[in-house]
Amino acid sequence: MSYLLPGLVGLVCFAMLAAAFVAIRGAGMAIAILAAGLVSLMASVLFLVLAAPDVAMTEAAIGSGLTTFLLFFVLGRVRGGEKEERGHG
Amino acid sequence: MVKRLVALALLAVFGLVFATLLTGYTPDAELNPTARYYAERTAADLGAANIVTAIIVTYRGLDTLGEVTVLFLAAAIVGLVLAEGAHGHQPGRRVRPPVGELLTTGTRFLVPMILLLGAYVFVNGHLTPGGGFQGGAIIASAVLLMLLADPLRHFSHRLISAIESLAGILYVAIGIAGLFLAGGFLDNRILPLGNLGELVSAGAIPLIYSLIGLKVGAEFSSMLASLSETEEL
Repeated sequence: MSYLLPGLVGLVCFAMLAAAFVAIRGAGMAIAILAAGLVSLMASVLFLVLAAPDVAMTEAAIGSGLTTFLLFFVLGRVRGGEKEERGHG
Repeated sequence: MVKRLVALALLAVFGLVFATLLTGYTPDAELNPTARYYAERTAADLGAANIVTAIIVTYRGLDTLGEVTVLFLAAAIVGLVLAEGAHGHQPGRRVRPPVGELLTTGTRFLVPMILLLGAYVFVNGHLTPGGGFQGGAIIASAVLLMLLADPLRHFSHRLISAIESLAGILYVAIGIAGLFLAGGFLDNRILPLGNLGELVSAGAIPLIYSLIGLKVGAEFSSMLASLSETEEL
């Protein structure tokens, strides 16, 4: 029973590392942004497991919520700009 | 090649530092004096059931005021920079991008509940995990959902900045009231402490955290709204 917590922490850490690797090496910006959001989500699960629910809530709301959508928002803007440039040039 | 070697050397140094930290780590058998003080005295001194909130709002209240100020500055600078980008922008010119039925209906259904959850989180900050910053971020995520469902929706910047500045002024005013009515700046004992665990308890903590929640929510919302209103760069 005492191995449950370290095992869970190890699993979440491994998932975080895997998501971070996908974020760096993955195909395409959208997948990279999603993977980065997943890293934050795993971090908030980790904080929850380590008995820090206050920090977990902040991480979930800002790290995996607002930041991910902000990045998508900017990605959409940048892509729109690219198309516009091509259209004019 | 040199760059890669430097990066590898840096990584090795980092690995060494973390490895020594990990091998040298032994869990504390008991709380250190500061932590013990907080754990033992919070309920008696401040009447807050959530020790983390008591530390953030009262024991380290000045730090929180600084954090809120930093966030305010960030929101102000984002607004300033994006207002420059939105120069000469006509609101009627942009076409509304197609949004799925699922998103529109889901937004109508979810936004009130998310707003309620945000308010619950910051009003109950002294009892349950969470508080002003978390609640504010949840409220901002409701605003984000509204913006996703209708990217052309216009939020009143005047209303947002009125909420933001009013909350900020009241926060500092409560802090100054603590100087005169209680033990010092941002002391929560200007109001009766009440019974531990009740909604109206812990003195000024629920009031301060609600103000922080409104302020943070307004700041994030104003950032999102001005980002969505910028002309495509």
